[in-house]
Amino acid sequence: MSGLEVTLGKLHLKNPIMPASGTFAEQMTNYIDVNQLGAIIPKSITKHRRTGNPTPRICETKAGGMINSIGIQSEGLTYFKEKTIPFYASFSTPFIPSVSADSIEEFTEVCEELGEMDEVDAIELNISCPNLKNNGVAFGMDPSVSYELVNRVRKVIKKPIIPKLSPNVTSIAEIARACEAAGADILTVSNTFIAMSIDVHTRKPKISNVMGGYSGPAILPLVVRLVYQVHQASSLPIIGCGGVMTGEDAVELMLAGASAVQIGTASFVDPEAMITIREEIEEYMKLHGIKDIQEIIGGVMVHKP
Amino acid sequence: MAVKTEIIFNRQVSKRYFHLKVKVPDKQLFPVQAGQFFHIKCSDDQKPLLRRPFSIFRINEEEGTLEFLYLVKGIGTKALALRRPKEKLDILGPLGTSFTMKEESRNILVVARGVGIATLSALAFKAKGENVSCFAIISARSQEDYLVEAELKIAGVEAFFVNDEDGTSNPQCVRLLAETLIKEKKIDGIYTCGSRRLSVLMKQLACQYELFAEIAVEENMGCGIGSCYGCVCNVEEEERVRPVRICMEGPVLPLKKVVFA
Repeated sequence: MSGLEVTLGKLHLKNPIMPASGTFAEQMTNYIDVNQLGAIIPKSITKHRRTGNPTPRICETKAGGMINSIGIQSEGLTYFKEKTIPFYASFSTPFIPSVSADSIEEFTEVCEELGEMDEVDAIELNISCPNLKNNGVAFGMDPSVSYELVNRVRKVIKKPIIPKLSPNVTSIAEIARACEAAGADILTVSNTFIAMSIDVHTRKPKISNVMGGYSGPAILPLVVRLVYQVHQASSLPIIGCGGVMTGEDAVELMLAGASAVQIGTASFVDPEAMITIREEIEEYMKLHGIKDIQEIIGGVMVHKP
Repeated sequence: MAVKTEIIFNRQVSKRYFHLKVKVPDKQLFPVQAGQFFHIKCSDDQKPLLRRPFSIFRINEEEGTLEFLYLVKGIGTKALALRRPKEKLDILGPLGTSFTMKEESRNILVVARGVGIATLSALAFKAKGENVSCFAIISARSQEDYLVEAELKIAGVEAFFVNDEDGTSNPQCVRLLAETLIKEKKIDGIYTCGSRRLSVLMKQLACQYELFAEIAVEENMGCGIGSCYGCVCNVEEEERVRPVRICMEGPVLPLKKVVFA
């Protein structure tokens, strides 16, 4: 083990960089060599076809962030298995589908089907989507629901499962512990922050769904805090996600406790951002004489009284 | 691909509109087609954060330059308006689909509102190159906002200007003008951009007169390359409505298929 390789439970990655779900599609392969990434995570897949939300779906905020409300536009599981998976199977990079569903039963069903496929290396559970059976509360906002969901999925697949935690909770540590107790292997920390922006001239919300998920460099300090808290509360490996624009941002998340890092909004600004960030991490390691990236995971030096 | 171009000029052409010209190193981004767009990083820092899509206004392949016409509206275009000659500008493209003209096409009508004329002006020059006669209806808030009159003249376009202030831009007036042109000039193709209201009207006319018709669609974009699904538009195909990514399957779409919300 040396250089950029990281181990997250049973998952071995050649480097810690991967896309955040929802920010990566097949077209990205025209811009970057996907074999240079640590993992591939495409947009969340749902059992049935979904058309997503009306436009405008995206707006930018003044403080260095963007709000989106795409509404998980999806071609459905059949299309995903027939078209998307074979496309990604041609790459040597581990393939991690992200699953979204309207119920625990549907989550379990989709994960079971995907878990049986050789091309699938692990599954990320998007538990931050609306839970239609629970009055619109996301699965990941309630520890008992998170526990039940992860536990049910655990029973039907052997491959690593990675709940993607919501930041929109009072105690993310509590949710993390529930997922760990239910049999999760890795945790992604976190999804976007619920936010709202208003056009003061028209007095209308800037996106059609009124509220959406906030991402971009503005949220990095919030995510550093969340990763740090989850790292204190759980022994599971963490994939940090939110606000990473540079190699130093990625290192910051790793020092807080992340073993790997997802890149989202940065890829919108520069399609080659993931490769650049990976190179910047290597420069950081060179600068500080670090031979093994795993040395820095959770390496923040906090002076406790 | 993303390329660092050099700004040749970036000047204000009317109260709200700017005209930008950039030099592309080694002609790397060519060929570029009318209707396509570039995703431009308006400043070198993180404000604004996201790139902004700009349709191509003039394509000068021989001299390796590109021109854009834009309305200064939000934080992106305000930042772009501050850029000066000789500065480097990061542009990603060309992206998206381009306008098509049928081989048998002889007389086309372009109908634009505001800065929508930017992308249709590129089409007018394409038409000129293919010996197709081009007629235009240009709609604006006021006479002050009329754009590219001189360029359209160079492209040999017979243009009709209408505006809100004197009431000539209302749909009834535009319908009358467009129908007159369709009949008298034997229009065989309609192209539109920049106004939902005009687009709906042009769709009605295209269906009524059974004309080939295309629209360049606009929407807020995240990535511009098909990853984020931020920019979509509903199209109707074989009795099924499906959302298409404007940055991938558009921005130029068959007008008759577009579903206007």
